[in-house]
Amino acid sequence: MSAETQNHECLCESCDTFDFTQLDKVLDEYRDLQGNLIIILQEAQEIYGYLPREVIKHISEETGYTEAKIYGVATFYAQFRLQPIGKYLIMLCKGTACHVSGADRVEEAIVNELEISDGETTEDRLFTLNNVACLGCCSLAPVMMVKTDEGEETYGKLTPESVIAIINSIRKKEDLEA
Amino acid sequence: MLSNKKHMTINGEIVPFSDEKNILEVIRNAGIDIPTLCYYSELSTYGACRMCIVEDDRGNVITSCSTPPKDGMVVKTNTPKLYKYRRMILKMLLSSHCRECTTCEKSGNCALQALAKRFGIESVSFDKSKKAFKDEYEIDRSSNSIVRDPNKCIHCGDCVRMCSEIQNVGAIDFAERGWNLEVTPAFGDKIANTQCVNCGQCAAVCPTGAITIKNEISKAWDAIYDPDLRTIVQIAPAVRIALGEMFGLTHKDNVLPLIIAALRKIGFDEVYDTSFGADLTVIEESNEFLERVENIEDHKWPMFTSCCPGWIKYAENKHPELMPQISTCKSPMQMFSKVVKEELNVNREHMKDTRKPWVVAIMPCTAKKDEAARDEFKTNGERDTDLVLTTQELGNMIKQAGIDFNSLEPEAADLHYGMFSGAGVIFGVTGGVTEAVIRRLVENKDMASLTGISFSGVRGLEGLKEVSVPYKDMMVKIAIVNGLANFEALLERIESGELEYHFVEVMACPNGCINGGGQPKSNKEIRSERSEQLYANDKMSRIRFSESNPFITRAYKVIIKDRHHDLLHVEYEIEKEMKAARE
Repeated sequence: MSAETQNHECLCESCDTFDFTQLDKVLDEYRDLQGNLIIILQEAQEIYGYLPREVIKHISEETGYTEAKIYGVATFYAQFRLQPIGKYLIMLCKGTACHVSGADRVEEAIVNELEISDGETTEDRLFTLNNVACLGCCSLAPVMMVKTDEGEETYGKLTPESVIAIINSIRKKEDLEA
Repeated sequence: MLSNKKHMTINGEIVPFSDEKNILEVIRNAGIDIPTLCYYSELSTYGACRMCIVEDDRGNVITSCSTPPKDGMVVKTNTPKLYKYRRMILKMLLSSHCRECTTCEKSGNCALQALAKRFGIESVSFDKSKKAFKDEYEIDRSSNSIVRDPNKCIHCGDCVRMCSEIQNVGAIDFAERGWNLEVTPAFGDKIANTQCVNCGQCAAVCPTGAITIKNEISKAWDAIYDPDLRTIVQIAPAVRIALGEMFGLTHKDNVLPLIIAALRKIGFDEVYDTSFGADLTVIEESNEFLERVENIEDHKWPMFTSCCPGWIKYAENKHPELMPQISTCKSPMQMFSKVVKEELNVNREHMKDTRKPWVVAIMPCTAKKDEAARDEFKTNGERDTDLVLTTQELGNMIKQAGIDFNSLEPEAADLHYGMFSGAGVIFGVTGGVTEAVIRRLVENKDMASLTGISFSGVRGLEGLKEVSVPYKDMMVKIAIVNGLANFEALLERIESGELEYHFVEVMACPNGCINGGGQPKSNKEIRSERSEQLYANDKMSRIRFSESNPFITRAYKVIIKDRHHDLLHVEYEIEKEMKAARE
């Protein structure tokens, strides 16, 4: 997570410091567009990494959509997150090709290693696991993509052992940086 | 013969139609009761429940609510195929519905229960042990007015559309999807922590027990049988013209004397009328208006009425900047409670009955339950109005007591607070407050003048009405609005400078209190009958002007004296905060 995103991260009750500068630009850009809510939510999630309550409240005040309505849209689509994600977002492919090549066993290994299930984030905020449908590179099945603020890395031909090795190498890198 | 008009064939009969928006309306106008769970003519068409299906001449099954009528259309409403489909839909709805009917607040009044009976559903074969059957949702009892039980929700969306389309509140909406779909406030919050204004219109349209009015009947029984309490009951204007519906009486029957008799049989010690409070409101509000007119430059215009607690809450939530423009008058209910309790304080030495007074208000309104609980309406920490029951709750109480309502002997209310003017009684319908205030303002108080006022445009159930009344050398411009979305639209036009008024009457519920959230279930026809009946009550009153009510004069002389500001006016907490912030 970049320093910028870190600043936006807010789980406290007093949110005087919440920075809406970037979001306000988005709101200005799409204000008059019909059906703008999903675009605004996508952009907001891009800025904050997830959709914090304060952000939904701010969008509601600026657009006139009720909080209940925005919450409804945010919970309808799987792409939106109401909880912060880890620095490394693991997108594990559960498409047909990966499924028949053993994605379930890979998932089991991740779940056991990180002690989180689909959609959850580790306590140290390092990893979030998201099962996704096809990533589009079936020749590498079973496959996963690890997304950070710096970019994405794709790992193919996974086994329960190789996936744990990948997780450990990320942990090592983090330890060194720290 | 059939050349000029459009016609469709329903069950083999030729039926004319004109501008009906869907074939459902045409079919219902033809006298066929098509079942629906998600259709209300005043809300947008949703087409979720599929109960209104009809079969066309090619055997296609279509939803009548979302199909516009076409000339020459042929439909059947009751074929074996439709019967089978409707039963299947009902069974599927029931499979994920909490079916503990005997302990449900809505039992006997539930549209789903009624349809299950009508279509002879004797068993539900779907497995309810798995995910489809939800009985794990927490019941939300946070509100002073309504209770939300998501386990009984059938996802018709009636409440969602009512709350956003008609009331512009949008406290609840659909969230999640598939079998996790639910109607909820944002983030699963408690309803009391949302922008809910407690109008209860969601409960009024909910076909099941998913949203119900908070039931407080047992508190009333406890008080009545408490030897230390002297129970005083006040009946709001709109109750008298709706309660009879619960006992099969027509709107022509004069129900008020029966209600009074029933309240005495139930055991209330003194039976009074909130219309007395409305008379006080007319005097105070017109005085306040005239004071503001005297200093017309010092005030922001228009002045808004303050009787409706749903509207007050809406203003606090969405337009706190309007609070200084809202009349400082308490609602008639709160004025009444305060003055009655004050009378007992003033005259304590002369009274034989030394029990503690306990005021119960019978209201058409669910927001009143919340209003009565507000800190602004407490004296030394105790509520001025101790309990608010809705029209429906009173009806249920009468049934609980085993009173044969229709064979009661008519009785009259007690003095001094059972006496009211016709101006006080019309508060129960949109335009009523305005008409009552105009009666106070006009100099000429004869019959012709009264009739003139009634035809000035104040009457009628439209969402927005405009009237102009001459007062001295000025023309008082008035708007009357009901339904909060209608208010919001009006406010936009006022703020843009397009419209200018001196006085705006706002009622949160569509049509005013006659259609309050606590009233028995109604439709357009019933509401217009209720309105007519309320005006008939006014006509039957010997006193037509609030200031002519001798007991109002007495109250000012003996009780209120120069303390009208303390007793009859209120400054809401939010206004105090705003004032403090300005200083």
